[in-house]
Amino acid sequence: MLKYILKRLLIMIITLWVIITLTFVLMVNIPGSPFNTDQASNETVQANLEAHYNLDQPYYIQYLLYIKSIATFEFGPSIKQPNQTVNDLLSRGFPISFELGIITIALAVVSGVLVGIIAALRHNGFLDYLTMGIAVLGISIPNFILATILIQQLAVNLEIFPTATWRSPAHMVLPVLALATGPMAIIARLTRSTMLEVLTQDYIKMAKAKGLSPWKVVFKHALRNALMPVVTIMGTLFAGILTGTFVIEQIFAIPGMGRYFVESINQRDYPVIMGTTVFYSAFLIIMLFIVDIVYGILDPRIKVHQKGGK
Amino acid sequence: MKSEKELKNFKTPSTIPDEWFSWKERDTEKMEEVSRPSLSYWQDAWRRLVKNKMAMLGLIFLVLLTIMAIIGPMISPYEVNRQNLPNQYQPPSMAHWFGTDSAGRDVFTRTWYGARISLFVGLVAALIDVTIGIIWGGISGYKGGRTDNVMMRIIEVLYGLPYLLVVILLLVVLGPSLGTIILALTITGWVGMARIVRGQVLQIKNYEFVLASKSFGTKTSRIIRKNLLPNTMGPIIVQMTLTIPSAIFAEAFLSFIGLGIQAPFASWGVMANDSLGAILSGNWWTLFFPAFFISFTMFAFNVLGDGLQDALDPKLRK
Amino acid sequence: MERILEVNDLHVTFTTYGGTVQAVRGVNFHLDKGETLAIVGESGCGKSVTSNAIMRLIPSPPGKITQGSIIFKGQNLAAYSEKKMRSIRGVDISMIFQDPMTALNPTLTIGTQLVEGLKEHRKITAAQAKEKAIEMMELVGIPNPEERLKQYPHQFSGGMRQRIVIAIALICDPDLLIADEPTTALDVTIQAQILELFATIQKRTGVSIILITHDLGVVAKIADRIVVMYAGKIIESGSKREIFYESKHPYTQGLLDSVPRLDEKGELKPIVGTPPDLFSPPKGCPFTARCPFAMEVCDKVYPAPEKISDTHYVDCWLQDERAKRLLAAKTLQT
Repeated sequence: MLKYILKRLLIMIITLWVIITLTFVLMVNIPGSPFNTDQASNETVQANLEAHYNLDQPYYIQYLLYIKSIATFEFGPSIKQPNQTVNDLLSRGFPISFELGIITIALAVVSGVLVGIIAALRHNGFLDYLTMGIAVLGISIPNFILATILIQQLAVNLEIFPTATWRSPAHMVLPVLALATGPMAIIARLTRSTMLEVLTQDYIKMAKAKGLSPWKVVFKHALRNALMPVVTIMGTLFAGILTGTFVIEQIFAIPGMGRYFVESINQRDYPVIMGTTVFYSAFLIIMLFIVDIVYGILDPRIKVHQKGGK
Repeated sequence: MKSEKELKNFKTPSTIPDEWFSWKERDTEKMEEVSRPSLSYWQDAWRRLVKNKMAMLGLIFLVLLTIMAIIGPMISPYEVNRQNLPNQYQPPSMAHWFGTDSAGRDVFTRTWYGARISLFVGLVAALIDVTIGIIWGGISGYKGGRTDNVMMRIIEVLYGLPYLLVVILLLVVLGPSLGTIILALTITGWVGMARIVRGQVLQIKNYEFVLASKSFGTKTSRIIRKNLLPNTMGPIIVQMTLTIPSAIFAEAFLSFIGLGIQAPFASWGVMANDSLGAILSGNWWTLFFPAFFISFTMFAFNVLGDGLQDALDPKLRK
Repeated sequence: MERILEVNDLHVTFTTYGGTVQAVRGVNFHLDKGETLAIVGESGCGKSVTSNAIMRLIPSPPGKITQGSIIFKGQNLAAYSEKKMRSIRGVDISMIFQDPMTALNPTLTIGTQLVEGLKEHRKITAAQAKEKAIEMMELVGIPNPEERLKQYPHQFSGGMRQRIVIAIALICDPDLLIADEPTTALDVTIQAQILELFATIQKRTGVSIILITHDLGVVAKIADRIVVMYAGKIIESGSKREIFYESKHPYTQGLLDSVPRLDEKGELKPIVGTPPDLFSPPKGCPFTARCPFAMEVCDKVYPAPEKISDTHYVDCWLQDERAKRLLAAKTLQT
């Protein structure tokens, strides 16, 4: 297990390094450098930029100092908004985005797994066809379209939920639904297909032959094995939900980090784009690492390896 | 021990005519014949795909969409970007089948134009992914050892990079255009394909039937055509049908955050994004048509991909 | 002898997209206490379906017992509800599967998998369960049982895993053990050990065993009686001696000829052809197309079981007097 963790850790660090270096290289090579005086709106901004990026230094020093600033969680200033740093934006926006993301993931995983199990147990039955039909639709409709439909129908026409912003649980329903449907559908389909495969395994027959109740066969023997592949795609799902918040926060006017990020893209606020990208990437890469570790814990074949199992 | 009752189920031998007790002519050739008509792998896969109604629905939709993407803009009397402000927000009518948008442009024409862009982006991105993926995965799997190790570590690192964030980063720097969007989508997109190809090559390289064919002195080209191709092409084709919709989705997503394809091109994502406000004022058609086609195209590729997966899996061959 | 199991006129079908497969078509056999019965046949002949039917483990749909009874200790299992059946499985009848590499759940410890059947059916404390588990591990010959209970399946070799599977099957002291190809996936040396283990266990516990196999070598070692299945029917049954030395059915003879033997020189003779399609099984004898002694009658009518001795029955037209004359004429010619 230790060896496995160290290996994943090493890969994580290299990936982080690649993304940090990539942002640096791209930033230096932006046509008409982002740090041009005519781009920056005033002198304060210019001073902030120079202080953060050490523009008077040669590139390699800039690079090293850039890495150092990221390692100390200093993601740099904004060009467009004087006296604002990426850290300011993050501390304001990230908690909201995080809340949106966590609720979405919880909903997607719990309901996705449940639907997947039910569909697998009713294989080729009505419920199977129904849920999987809905799941294919869920995967096919992009979240921004779903969000618009939800606003149109449930908020504007029926006035059940508020159209926008993030203030009360009622405000959360539509954005969470719009964001969670896709991942939910993906998890449901994956759970169903791995569950179906697991259910044909000999150890399931064996469990039945022991006279265990169907409940125990499914939850004790099948589910744990069926969930392994679901755990492996969690990293990708986190990334999907995170990028999903960009458009969802935009559509629902939620003052989260995603919205600031899209704003900075539209305004070509390069330091904010870079800083946020590095922050987001680091966040996702660490999530990916955690997912790998969880997988290692769930799968005894990895867990016991270092004990020199035979 | 057989019960008497049970024995009664059978005809008593005495009722059977004597002449039936004569040797049967033996047809040795018939005995060797396999009952199932032998179909080639692709015929068999096709036969199974045709049986899958959803997959066929997807396939037919995609064929029609492709045809319309080619001829749609030609048969329409309107130009894609011709603005006609007095004519804005016309509901669907005989003159404008899909209505007109905020600038009075014909949505019907723009929808097929958008289909061109979306299909082009999806298809080219998928083709590039497949090409790089096959080369990288093929070399990695075939060479094995150190080469494989190094190539796989690179893949693992690239796989960890958040795909859309890298795409955004590149587009911010390079500026969004048809070319840069495809470049950005493929720069890490091929990684998944490379993994699949490598896995296939590794598995098949050591298959006994491949070794056996080799030892019989079968020509390499025949081994590749008869053995390797059917066994590797399946997962590759399935992966492709999933890459195309994800590229179409990514393109639409980019339009939403302001990094979409710029005028004069009109992608579905750009059309949908432009009409988000319009739907609240009741001009539903401006959003409905691009949204419907994005969703249904993704749906078509998804069900086709599912169908192909079932049809191409040799294990399921019955 | 106490009759423990009696299967009468068992029919099992599977409904698929391509039509209905008649996997088992009227099977009759019985088993006494402490006896080992081998069911022999090629793959797809219905032998595994028969054993799964006894356990009522046929996936339904698509599978279904359409006719017949399974009398276990006087009770008809074919009419049992699923819930009632659960109190039989693992307690009175246990099953062992072909591949020990896949029969154990990779994510649970051996200990958990060993005692869960016991915990399900008996009121028992954790300590008692553990004690029983250790006892079973010792019975099947696994050293350091206490320590090994905490390990996972991947830490055991194939032979060891099959021993564990056997221990799991025997932990509730069943009356009947069904072993479906228990040695097929193992090395030859391990095979011999496992077969020996069966013999020891039977001596100690008096369990009756149904052994499903296509391997006549395995049968020769431990079976008391043998039934030969072909295309969903039992075509011959008899004691081990009767089947090995006095077999009457051309299929059984073919099966025996296709096994390599040390005591006889000569060519191996494989049975030519393939078994019939069970979507539309022939109305006569299913072996006709491959039979070296096929007669006109064979295709037309299925032969009635012919009693050779109290234990030996065969379903073959060659037992008819007229066929015997025909056969005698043929021998004269050559």
